[in-house]
This record gives sequence, C-alpha cells and structure tokens, in this order.
Amino acid sequence: MDWQALALTLKLATVTTAILLVIAVPLAAWLVLGRGRWLAVLEALAALPLLLPPTVLGFFLLVLLGPRTAVGRGITAFLGHPLAFSFSGLVVGSVIYSLPFAVQPLVAGFAAVEPALVDAARLLGAGPSRLVLSLLVPLARRSLLAAAVLSFLHTMGEFGVVLMLGGDIPGATRTLSIVLYNQVENFDYAAANRTAAILLGLSVAALAAIYAGGRTRGGARA
Amino acid sequence: MLEVALDARRGSFHLQIECRLASEWTVVFGPSGAGKSTLLRLLAGLDRPDRGRIALDGSFLTDSALGLWLKPGPRHTSMVTQQPALFPHLSVASNVAYGLGSLNRASRARRVEEMLDLVGATDLPGYNVRQLSGGEAQRVALARALAPQSRLLLLDEPFSALDGAASDALLARLQPWLKQHRVQTVLATHDATDAFATCAEVALLRGGRLAALGPAAEVLASERDRLIGRLARG
Repeated sequence: MDWQALALTLKLATVTTAILLVIAVPLAAWLVLGRGRWLAVLEALAALPLLLPPTVLGFFLLVLLGPRTAVGRGITAFLGHPLAFSFSGLVVGSVIYSLPFAVQPLVAGFAAVEPALVDAARLLGAGPSRLVLSLLVPLARRSLLAAAVLSFLHTMGEFGVVLMLGGDIPGATRTLSIVLYNQVENFDYAAANRTAAILLGLSVAALAAIYAGGRTRGGARA
Repeated sequence: MLEVALDARRGSFHLQIECRLASEWTVVFGPSGAGKSTLLRLLAGLDRPDRGRIALDGSFLTDSALGLWLKPGPRHTSMVTQQPALFPHLSVASNVAYGLGSLNRASRARRVEEMLDLVGATDLPGYNVRQLSGGEAQRVALARALAPQSRLLLLDEPFSALDGAASDALLARLQPWLKQHRVQTVLATHDATDAFATCAEVALLRGGRLAALGPAAEVLASERDRLIGRLARG
C-alpha cells in the first residue's frame, strides 16, 4: 500500500475543499442575489469544468502555468518555482476542476432561502457579508455540507487533471488515482484492487459520516 | 415629511404617484392590486423605480435624475409585511436584536426587552420562532422592525393575523411610542376599518394612481359620494 500517496490524496482533497468553500460561498451568493445579465456568463464559466474533459483542462492549465506564457513566467518568478508538476499546481487544477461541484449545490441552497427573509435582513442593515454569513449559510447548511462532500470526493478520485498537470512525482503529485493507474499498467491487479477498494471505502465512509451528521442535525431542528 | 414622486412599471402594472405625506401617521388605502405594496417596497429601497425621487425630511433616499439610490440599510427605514419573515434559525430575542449591531450587548438586551414589552410579547424572548402562532410572529416582526428606531416605518397589512381587539390594543400602545420617537409611519391596508379608525391622513390608491389624499374623514366622504354616485348611475 502506498501510504505516501494516500496521505497526499487526503491532503489535496482537504486543501482543495477548504479553498473551494471560501471561493464558492461568496460566488454562489453573488450569482443568487446579484443583478445583471453578465451574471449568466459568470455562472456558465463556473459550470464549464463540468463539460470540459479533465485532460483538456489539465492540458490548458499546463500550458498556461508553464514557461511559455506571461502568466506562467510571472507565477514562477513570484513563487521561485513553476506551478506545474508541484503540489500547489495540483491544488490550482483541482480547485478549477471541482468548482462546479461546490458552486451548484450552494446556488440551489441559497436560491431556496425565502426572498422575504433576505429583504428583512437587508432592511435591518445587513450588508452582503452579513447576509451570507448570518442568513444564507445557516439556512442552507445542508447545501454547504453537500458542496463540501462533493468537492472532497471529486478531488479524491481526480485523474486526468492530476496526470496532465502534476505528472507522477512520489510525495509531490502522485495521488492514489495515479498509483492505481500504474498498478493496472503493470498488471498488478491484486494491488490495484486494494487501492481501488481504499478509494471506494473512503468515498462511502465520507459520504455516510457526513450525511449521518446532517440527518442528526436535521432531526434536532424539527 | 415624506416627499414622493415615483414612476415604476412592473409588467402591465404602472405605478405613477406624486405626493407629500406630512402626517406622522399616513394610511395608504386601496383595493388589492392598487399598488400599495409596490409603493412601500420602493419607499423601503427593496425595489428601484424607473424614474422619480423620494425625500424624507429633506434628505433624498432616491433621485433617479442624480443617479442616487440608497440601499435599504442606510435609509434607516423599517418595514413589516403580512408575512412576518422571522429568521427561522434564530430565537425571538436574536430576531429582535438582528438590526442592533451598533449597540453593545447590555444596550441590545435592554432594547430587545423594551420592544417585546411594547408589542406585548414579553414572555417570548427565548422561544424558537417556529413555535410562535401567527399573531405572536407578527408582534415579534413588529418589535424587530421598531428596535433600530428608524426614521420611517412602513407597515404592509402587518396585523392580519391579529383579531380586531388585539390589533386595536397594539395600535394604541404603538402610536404614542412612534410619536415620542418621531418615527413617520406609513400603513398600507385594503381594510377600510384600519384606514379610517386611526384618524390619520389617508392616501387613497387606485390602479397605481393617487385618487385622494387628506384627512381620513374627508377621503372617506369623497369615497362614499363616489360609491353612491356609481350606485345611482346603476
């Protein structure tokens, strides 16, 4: 068992989920409460990774973050190393790739909050951040939970973006999906079965634990 | 003094109104669909007019010519609607305290207590709002709207869940408090009893237009004459 890859995968999923929630909560609130036709364009962009093949997204990011573009050169100069083929690069790719999985449940949850409650909070002086933190997030906490679970599990099983953008560097970019791919390529099906079982077990356990927590809290509310 | 000159289209409905509401207590009276709620939402800053201006005591809240439109919070305007819209995840006391962020904890607690006492809901502060009856919820919504001591209070059929006696008793406690705190109040209702019982200035709305504005007795008399005239014409 590649414990290093397992630890790296969990770390990547945790960091990605945390960053995604910080980005997705205000973005979803903006999409729901904002006005203007261009918001539809923003929503489409946020959903684009759903339709883009992961390898294509990984390739675009590899080119964008590489030494041939001004963005890539700027980032390399700022960080002192290129983002491609590093853990930080994987985080960037994962955040973009999993963005719709965080944004969509939050948009649905925030949109379900009664407009009269939003009006009441605005009349009582709530600005955008208070509106989100004191009203939308507490009332849409199940959507927040769903966004976190989906982002975490989607990142855990990520393959195309990771391979294109990170390659296969042990301890830096080799995640469990890459390990599984290597094991299958080497016809080591026994090891591949173990790796697949771990990925499957982690996914089921995370889903069950988090939904059980949500169910308990939901029961207490009633 | 509330000065209003508004032009707002909502689908096929067109609200066009120009008036000066000088009384501390004005009742906007009219049938359903006359534009009462639309007017109150525009006054509150929840919606923007196509054109026009709103000024309260000489300060502009909205002036489309200047591109001025104050958001609801900075308008210092409170509103209570038929739907209490209490925050379901907060207790009664937390709901009432929601708009009191600028006060310290002790002052906030005092104000909450004072407001709940004013609306006759002193036994409710620890309750979950889901446990409240319709009438209790409307009292708490009123307490929440009064707590920040806004300059303008907008009431859109806020006592619909209270019976006549309870509504009268609440109004009797409320009106001296509003007068003492110099809060200008606009009450929208389709109920003639509400409109004329408070001996207030009445603005009669019909089809998005101001049909009459004046003391309750005068508006009532002109409305009665109009109805008698219509009946006489068959």
